[in-house]
Amino acid sequence: MKIKKWLGFILLSAFPLSLEAKPIQVAVAANFSKTMQSLVTEFEKNYDYQIALSFGSSGKFYAQIKQGAPYELFFSADQAKPEVLQQEGLVVAGSRFTYAIGRLVVWTVRPDFANKIEIKLKDGVFNKLAIANPKLAPYGAATLQVLSHLGLFDDTQARWVRGENIAQTYQFVHSGNADLGFVALSQLLGRKNMIEGFYWLVPDNMHQPIKQDVVLLKRAAQSQGAITFLDFIHTEKAQTIIAEYGYITLNGGQE
Amino acid sequence: MSLSDADIATILLTLRLATTVTILLLIMATPLAWWLARTQSWFKGPISAIVALPLVLPPTVLGFYLLLAMGPNGAIGQFTQALGLGTLPFTFWGLVVASMVYSLPFVVQPIQNAIEAIGNRPIEAAATLGAGPIDRFFTVVLPLAKPGFMTATILGFAHTVGEFGIVLMIGGSIPSETRVVSVQIYDHVEALEYAQAHVLSGVMIGFSFLVLLALYTFQRKRKAVGMTYGR
Repeated sequence: MKIKKWLGFILLSAFPLSLEAKPIQVAVAANFSKTMQSLVTEFEKNYDYQIALSFGSSGKFYAQIKQGAPYELFFSADQAKPEVLQQEGLVVAGSRFTYAIGRLVVWTVRPDFANKIEIKLKDGVFNKLAIANPKLAPYGAATLQVLSHLGLFDDTQARWVRGENIAQTYQFVHSGNADLGFVALSQLLGRKNMIEGFYWLVPDNMHQPIKQDVVLLKRAAQSQGAITFLDFIHTEKAQTIIAEYGYITLNGGQE
Repeated sequence: MSLSDADIATILLTLRLATTVTILLLIMATPLAWWLARTQSWFKGPISAIVALPLVLPPTVLGFYLLLAMGPNGAIGQFTQALGLGTLPFTFWGLVVASMVYSLPFVVQPIQNAIEAIGNRPIEAAATLGAGPIDRFFTVVLPLAKPGFMTATILGFAHTVGEFGIVLMIGGSIPSETRVVSVQIYDHVEALEYAQAHVLSGVMIGFSFLVLLALYTFQRKRKAVGMTYGR
C-alpha cells in the first residue's frame, strides 16, 4: 500500500493550496467542457461564488478523488464512476443526478462526404474510423453498440483508431487523419453558429443512453457554494443550456 | 496477478519499436554528430538547437504537430502519399519516425561529445599516415568514441521505451501495431484496472532501473573521455 500513499502524495502536491477566497473546485469530463463554461458564466452572473474548473477524463478524476483531490463536485462522463464512489462512501447521499445524456454523431471534415456519411460508413468507403477507446470512454462503448446494431462491427474493426477520450477522437478526424469518427454532438455544437465538417446524428435507439452523472463529494458536504451550484444545475435555465449543446436532459429538453 | 497476453504483446511491440528506432538513429545520428563535433560553420548553433528541441518541448506539442504534418494535408503526409505509402499516423512506422525525432538528442549528443573529446590530433595523425576519411572513422574515431556510442545506444533505447505523449497523440492504440507499454498502463489506470497497472508499471520500473544501472556501472568502469552525458 506504500505505492498508494506515494501516489496520493504526488497527486496532492499537484494542486496548489490557495489561501484566498476559495473558489469551488469542480472536476468535469472532457466532453462537457464547453457546456460547462457556458453554465459557469451564467452561474457567476447570478451568484457570488467563483468556480474553478478542471477538465479531464473521468477515470483520472476517479483516481484523484480516491486519493484525496480537493474537488467538491464531479461531473462524470458516465454513471459507473459516480456509482463506485458512492459505494465507497465518498459521495453525499442523494446528491447523484443525471445532468446530461450524450448524443453520438458520425463526423467527417471531407466535403465530398457531405450528406453521404451513413452510406459511406455502411459501404465501408473510408480509410480509418476514429472511435473513443470503448474501454475508457462511454461514447466509445456506445459506438461499439451502434456498430454491432448496424452489423459493421467485424468489417470495420481493422480500421478502428482509438482516441483515449472523445476529445482525441475529435482531433483524429479534425486533422484529416481519419475520414470518419464517432464523436459527441456537443463537441460540434460548441461552436454554435459554425459547425465544421458534416455529421450524421446516430439514432439514439441504436445504443444504450450515454447517461452522465454528477455527484457532490463528501469533503464538500458543508460547502455552500458547491451545493448552490448543484442546485443551479437542476434549474430549467441550466437544463436549457445543456440541451442547447446537444445533450438530452431528463427534464425533457432536447436539441 | 500476472501479465496478460495483451500486456505481453505491448511489451514485445515496445521492444521492437525501441530496437528499430535505436538502430536507425545510430545510423542517422552518427554523421550528424560527426559534423556537429567538427564543423566551424555558422550553422552549428541553429542545428544544435533544433537537435535539442525535443529535450525541451512537451511531447504533446511534438505529437500534435507530427499528427498534423503526417496527416493527409501535412507536408510529410503529402510526401508519403506521393511515394504510395499512405499516411503514417496509426502505424508502426509512424511511431518509428516520431520516436526518432523524440529520441534524437539522446543519441546525437553523447556521440558528439565523445568525438569532440577526441580532438583533432589523433584524426590528423591518422591522416598523415595515409588513412582515408572512411578508414579514419572506423579505425580511429569509432574505437576512441566507443563509450559515447554505448551511452547513445542505451539512452536512445531507454528513452524510446519511456515514450508516452507522442504515441498517445499519433498512435490510435491499435493492438500489436501502436499500443505500447506506456499506453497500456495508461489504459489500465483509466479503466480502474489498478492491479494490472501495478504489474506492468513494476516491470517498467525494474527495466528502467536495470538499464540505468548498466549505464552508470559501465561509465564508472571506463572513465573514458566523452562519457558523461549532458555536460
